[in-house]
Amino acid sequence: MANADSKSSLIVPGEATERCWSCGTMRAQHFCNSCGKVQPAAPVDYFMFFGFPRKLDLDTAVLEKEFYALSRRLHPDVFAQAESVERAWSLEQSSMLNDAYRTLKDPIKRTEYLLRLEGVELEEQSKQATEKARATGELKKQVVPPDLLEEVFELNMHLEELRGQKELGEDDPALLEEIGKAKLSLEEKFDALFNELKAEWKKWDAAVDSGTEEQLAQIRDQMLDVLNRRNYIRNLVRDVNEALE
Amino acid sequence: MAYSDKVIDHYNNPRNVGSMDKASSDVGTGLVGAPECGDVMKLQIKVNPETNVIEDAKFKTFGCGSAIASSSLATEWVKGKTIDEALSIKNTEIVKELALPPVKIHCSVLAEDAIRAAIGDWKKKQEATRPAEMQIQ
Ligand code: FES
Repeated sequence: MANADSKSSLIVPGEATERCWSCGTMRAQHFCNSCGKVQPAAPVDYFMFFGFPRKLDLDTAVLEKEFYALSRRLHPDVFAQAESVERAWSLEQSSMLNDAYRTLKDPIKRTEYLLRLEGVELEEQSKQATEKARATGELKKQVVPPDLLEEVFELNMHLEELRGQKELGEDDPALLEEIGKAKLSLEEKFDALFNELKAEWKKWDAAVDSGTEEQLAQIRDQMLDVLNRRNYIRNLVRDVNEALE
Repeated sequence: MAYSDKVIDHYNNPRNVGSMDKASSDVGTGLVGAPECGDVMKLQIKVNPETNVIEDAKFKTFGCGSAIASSSLATEWVKGKTIDEALSIKNTEIVKELALPPVKIHCSVLAEDAIRAAIGDWKKKQEATRPAEMQIQ
């Protein structure tokens, strides 16, 4: 079934050298370092919002601490008596804070967000490949290996059979056993894919510091590949669990 | 999200659901997936080797309503067409016919992919048998 992951809005980095609207000194991200006034939200990406580099192996404990600290300082109660423009800015900052936190906290969302920042169009990859195939007359390369597709299809056929039997009030122990086994192997695969992704994170982070554009692009494609395969397995795990309920 | 009437019609009464013998030399099979959502679609065509006309088509899709409708429509469209005519079907035509919203475009892409993959598979089978015939001559 449809599972369009939420599209996070992309924000382009803006001028980093703005001054505090109130006292005119160089301002920090959210509050002026000098007079402490809240600032309008700067057009930055979610990593920059927290002052993090664009890296993936993120310490979520640090993220959480930052989040709660900023939440407290940006809380509407704090601005109850403030000028209306400050109230508006604090709200703006808070909503960005929440979006940024929600995106970065989740390992998959974080990876997808970074890929989008890096120019990957997650929703369009298949369409682009199809357009290319149409233009060149070549056979489109499927983004996931054919044997994975084969497996997904077969298991779906079994699940359908199982649902049919359930409706009739019958059950076939052999089929149940087969699906049960498939479930285990899928869960293993699902975990293995996550580990694969984490290994790519490490490579990515290292390449951000000292890699070439080429290396970064290669790791980026690799991460995309892992996420694509993961989508299929995720659906299957969900469907198997539903069918076995 | 609301589905269009045409999607609902194909979804409730999908045309040409089923399968054909994958091993048969006049059958082409396309098994494709949408990485965006993890849905899969299988589309098969039966081609007359004399005329290159697609005489029958079957599909089975595990996916969203739009993917089911797109593949159902695709089987209707390819039937009676030659291989070359079928290759010219574009996903945008499916989008238009079914009034799919932008987030469902990839579902129509899946159907176009499936047609191409099935034709590709059939062509491969033809090439595999042709050299043998040529040797006889
Ligand atoms: S949501 Fe994936 S094929 Fe429709």
